[in-house]
Amino acid sequence: MTGPGFLLSWWPWRSIAYLFTGAVVGLAVLVSIVTVAAVGGILAVVLVGLPLLVVTALSGIPVARVERRRLRLIDLDPAPDQHRTPPAPGLWPWLTTRLREQTTWRELGYALLFGGLLWPVDALVVTVALLFPLSMTATPLLMATVGDGTEAKVLKQWTVTSWPAAFGVAALGLVLLGLCAYVLGAAAGARAELTRLLIASREGELGAKVVELARSRVRLVDAFEAERRRIERDLHDGAQQRLVALSVTLGLARLDAPPGPLADQLTKAHEQAGKALAELRELIHGVHPKVLTDYGLQEAVADAADRSVVPVDVDLELPGRPHEAVEAAAYFVVCEALANVDKHSGASRATVSGGHGDGRLFLEVRDDGRGGANTDGGSGLTGLADRVSVLDGRLALSSPPGGPTLLRVEIPCELTERPDRSA
Amino acid sequence: MRVDGTARSLRVVLAEDSVLLRDGLIGLLTRCGHEVVAAVGDADALLTAVAEHEPDIVVTDVRMPPDFQDEGLHAAVRLRETRPGLPVLVLSQYVQRSYASELLDSGDGTGVGYLLKDRVGQVEEFVDALHDVAEGGTVVDPEVVRQLLRRRRDPLERLTPREREVLALIAEGKSNGAIARELVVSEAAVGKHIGSILTKLDLPPADETHRRVLAVLAFLRA
Repeated sequence: MTGPGFLLSWWPWRSIAYLFTGAVVGLAVLVSIVTVAAVGGILAVVLVGLPLLVVTALSGIPVARVERRRLRLIDLDPAPDQHRTPPAPGLWPWLTTRLREQTTWRELGYALLFGGLLWPVDALVVTVALLFPLSMTATPLLMATVGDGTEAKVLKQWTVTSWPAAFGVAALGLVLLGLCAYVLGAAAGARAELTRLLIASREGELGAKVVELARSRVRLVDAFEAERRRIERDLHDGAQQRLVALSVTLGLARLDAPPGPLADQLTKAHEQAGKALAELRELIHGVHPKVLTDYGLQEAVADAADRSVVPVDVDLELPGRPHEAVEAAAYFVVCEALANVDKHSGASRATVSGGHGDGRLFLEVRDDGRGGANTDGGSGLTGLADRVSVLDGRLALSSPPGGPTLLRVEIPCELTERPDRSA
Repeated sequence: MRVDGTARSLRVVLAEDSVLLRDGLIGLLTRCGHEVVAAVGDADALLTAVAEHEPDIVVTDVRMPPDFQDEGLHAAVRLRETRPGLPVLVLSQYVQRSYASELLDSGDGTGVGYLLKDRVGQVEEFVDALHDVAEGGTVVDPEVVRQLLRRRRDPLERLTPREREVLALIAEGKSNGAIARELVVSEAAVGKHIGSILTKLDLPPADETHRRVLAVLAFLRA
């Protein structure tokens, strides 16, 4: 807006368009809101008006949408919609999402401010800043037409009676028009800033982004868990069943085969099928153990303890089941910790203990080994710490050289009722 | 393999949702002289088929439609609630103590088996286990037994390594003779070990077979 280039650019026109449409839209907003609210308020007595009142509450949304579009007239930066996507299609999820959002209420506030206060200001600015200089510029024209070439009134205040005076006023009007263009530009700019602050502020945008990022992280973890389970199931109901069937067929063939090279080959094939099955079984277990799905964390940890080479005592009492992602993260932490105990610690005994209290699940794995474990250097623990942190949990490790090692995990979660296994 | 005059032919109800494996099992059982009176693909059909055919033994997969959780196992437990002593052999794709103990806790723990599906391929072993279960024995998969042996906890801590070995073989459904052959000791020595195990596990003398099952249960719960 600095420099004479401004006057020749599109910006004065854009400012006028912005303020002018602002006045028109604002008036429309005022009329609509007042009408809907009044009708809704009256009909609320007979309950049919209540939906209308909800519509009133939501009226900020379309207004803000129009305003964000209008903002592009004089603001090159995009003004993003800060509403969240509803979790499911349909009117009800949309409605509950919107009504719970801060953005909706901020937009309603803006709509009320717009309808009540801002549009008259828009109208006033555009009228004054255009009408005064234009009518001054038009003085010679007025004198030639309505004034019969003898007199003309400037701004209905002063009378000019001579042509030189009339042209002087017109010249003054042109200068004033140039100045008013700046005024219009400044007014439109300030007005746009206010709009952006109220319905598309950067801070709100950033906050919304952080919330969205946190959500998408949780969604990713959930998707990851679902995918694990799908893979486990596919392997299980496909490859593993076929291998068992193959093994049965080979076993039967062995019974029928006469002793000789054929029987030896069959024996070899049968053994290989058996090995493949055992490997596949371990692989599937590592992907997502069935016991975790069927019996929950307590049993799955007991099962992991069963598999450990180092004897493990388990002391874990849970009155219910945590969310699947929490369960899985906790389970894999225990597995990794026990694997580390087996591989690195040189411990003769380990303990897994845990429970649920103060809205969080906590687990401790301790061993009497030589210690010195750390979460750096690309150990499996780093990945686990990440998994736990996604769930807002914490993983703490104490492992001084010489031992003992203590790994503690805390994940905030609620427990759901344990499903009745006897049913 | 005991597909000879001494082994009776069993009437089997089979529950397995994979058609491929079901056909394989039917072939195997028929080949070994047993009669598959019904072969079904889900837990509800299993309950109906057992009510209809009154089989000598039920062989079922753990995981079955519609949810592919542990429907087969629960059907087995329910069957044993209404028909105590009905021999049930459960096939699992996993080594899972929880499954084995849930099954063994149903009824008095006699006439049940929990085997890994892999074991079906070892035709002789599988058919032996089938017979053991049909005759009221208790068979736990060696893989489960192996895992349990790693947990040297009470009350098993009181047992000597040799006694634990013997107990593990009992859990696998082996007779005293078979255990003696496996460990290359005399049958009398096995008897002595078993006596000592039962004493240490606080199982006072009663019906001999029943105490063996209780010992296996103690082993599983350890």
